[in-house]
Amino acid sequence: MAERYKVDKDLVRMEIVDFTFPQKEYKTSRHDTVLPYNWALGPTWTKFFDGLKEGKIFGTRCKKCNKILVPARTFCPSCYEDMEEWVELPQEGSIETWCLVNYKYYGQVKEPPYIIGQIRLDKADCSLTHFIGGFDLSDPDKVRKKMKTVSRVKAVWSKEKHADIYDIAYFKPV
Amino acid sequence: MGRAVAVIGTGQTKHGRRDDLSYPDLVREAVKKAFEDAGITPKDVDGVVYGSMPSMMEGVAYNHFYFADALRTVGKPLFRTETCGSTGQSVAHTAIHWVASGMADIVLVVASEKEHEGDAQATMMTILEPFLMVTIGGAPVAFSLQSREWMGYYHIDEDKAREAASIVSVDSHDGGLNNPLAHIRVKLTKEDVSKAPIITYPVRLYDVCPVSDGACAVIFASEEKAKKICKKPAWVKGIGFRGEEYFIGDSSKAVWQSTIEASKEAYKEAGITNPLKELDVAEVYNPFSYQELMFLECLGLCPPGEAPDYVIKGTFSPGGELPCDPSGGVLCCNPIGAAGLIRVAEAALQVTGKAGEHQVEGAKLALSHAMGGAMQFNGITILGSEL
Repeated sequence: MAERYKVDKDLVRMEIVDFTFPQKEYKTSRHDTVLPYNWALGPTWTKFFDGLKEGKIFGTRCKKCNKILVPARTFCPSCYEDMEEWVELPQEGSIETWCLVNYKYYGQVKEPPYIIGQIRLDKADCSLTHFIGGFDLSDPDKVRKKMKTVSRVKAVWSKEKHADIYDIAYFKPV
Repeated sequence: MGRAVAVIGTGQTKHGRRDDLSYPDLVREAVKKAFEDAGITPKDVDGVVYGSMPSMMEGVAYNHFYFADALRTVGKPLFRTETCGSTGQSVAHTAIHWVASGMADIVLVVASEKEHEGDAQATMMTILEPFLMVTIGGAPVAFSLQSREWMGYYHIDEDKAREAASIVSVDSHDGGLNNPLAHIRVKLTKEDVSKAPIITYPVRLYDVCPVSDGACAVIFASEEKAKKICKKPAWVKGIGFRGEEYFIGDSSKAVWQSTIEASKEAYKEAGITNPLKELDVAEVYNPFSYQELMFLECLGLCPPGEAPDYVIKGTFSPGGELPCDPSGGVLCCNPIGAAGLIRVAEAALQVTGKAGEHQVEGAKLALSHAMGGAMQFNGITILGSEL
């Protein structure tokens, strides 16, 4: 029955081929809205991103519960205390979960295929969202087999850094 | 929870690709049906609650202003409530609080989405700030990550999870075939599902909900009004809602606390101690088949880590101990803002014996559920045939 569906690869929408609503003589009207924003990063995220530019991953520690969170936070989500102690984290960690992205959509940050992972850096008390890469991603079955053997990853830095999250290019298996 | 509250009428559009009418006309289609079902007029309504996805999806800020006429809200108070995918549960809860508190006797609740007018995945990208967690944007990414986290946490065999997810998809699509209003109405086999193109591994095409247009309206009333107006109201037995931290990595999504705690609260209020035994039907929010497996556990319907076993032995299939999503669920129809309210409406239809071809015989107690945000919110509403 799969042939009853048409998958538009660019839009990734599922349409039933042999079902349509009563055909319309009615029109649609195209309007786009594009709005600029300028997000304030504040002292904590400014320092976090400046750290990435230097090739360092910073977290902050809560003085009450002692947890180290990354990306660095101004305050602890649980205790609501200021997190003023800066900690440079190891650039290696364990994969908590991952998925291979194999479809395209508007506003996507990277050309698929790519792997998104939750990576728990050593010493950190939470996981960080980032790419996992450094090997061939074109065949999902090979990716699956490869990922079965991977538990530890290490940050690979971008050649050009702009003090943003993409200064880390991806995490590669160690 | 204050005064008793009942559902006295529901209305749903034909869901699907609705280029055949404008957005206000789509909203009106559901509102009209709800009024006809309840047998009341807009004059009887004390207030209106509306919700949808964020403005980026709708293309117009505050679309409830645009729909003022279709919502019959002229001359009445109007509330907007939205929590992304769980919006449908949140709008229902807003009305329930309103009636239970005694501030209103009859409240109309409407939720809608016209996804073909915008771009659902592009909207999802705007749910996260654009400089720290944006890489996770796009619904299949976030929920595939969650499914894999769950599989890893309980050491669930990949092939077993695949088989169970395929059963969830096949059962839901069978439900869709029985529901004339569902968007996707096709017969699928387990092989169709397990061999479909990969979207975000391990999630394949038929593990994913469609992009739908649709609206849903539900009318809530106080005990006194419900008994006067309605022969067979669906009584609100319990509700629960919980939120979580913003950063996904801050807490486990495999043992999902917001689902667990929201359902516990709803069960406590409803006096339910063994949900699998006591519930007759569940409308679980299932935009992704793998995610439904995890929900079955977090909703306390089976032991943690054992959802695949229960699904494979048929516990949640048609004719099983607790049939899930007989309407076809979100897998067959996902106008996102409305999807959580459709779950409430379907639960009401089930406990009042009005679900037609997808009626679960003799259903008296039904659970409805939705989740929203980048794994951030969960809402539950339990309806019953008895006060």
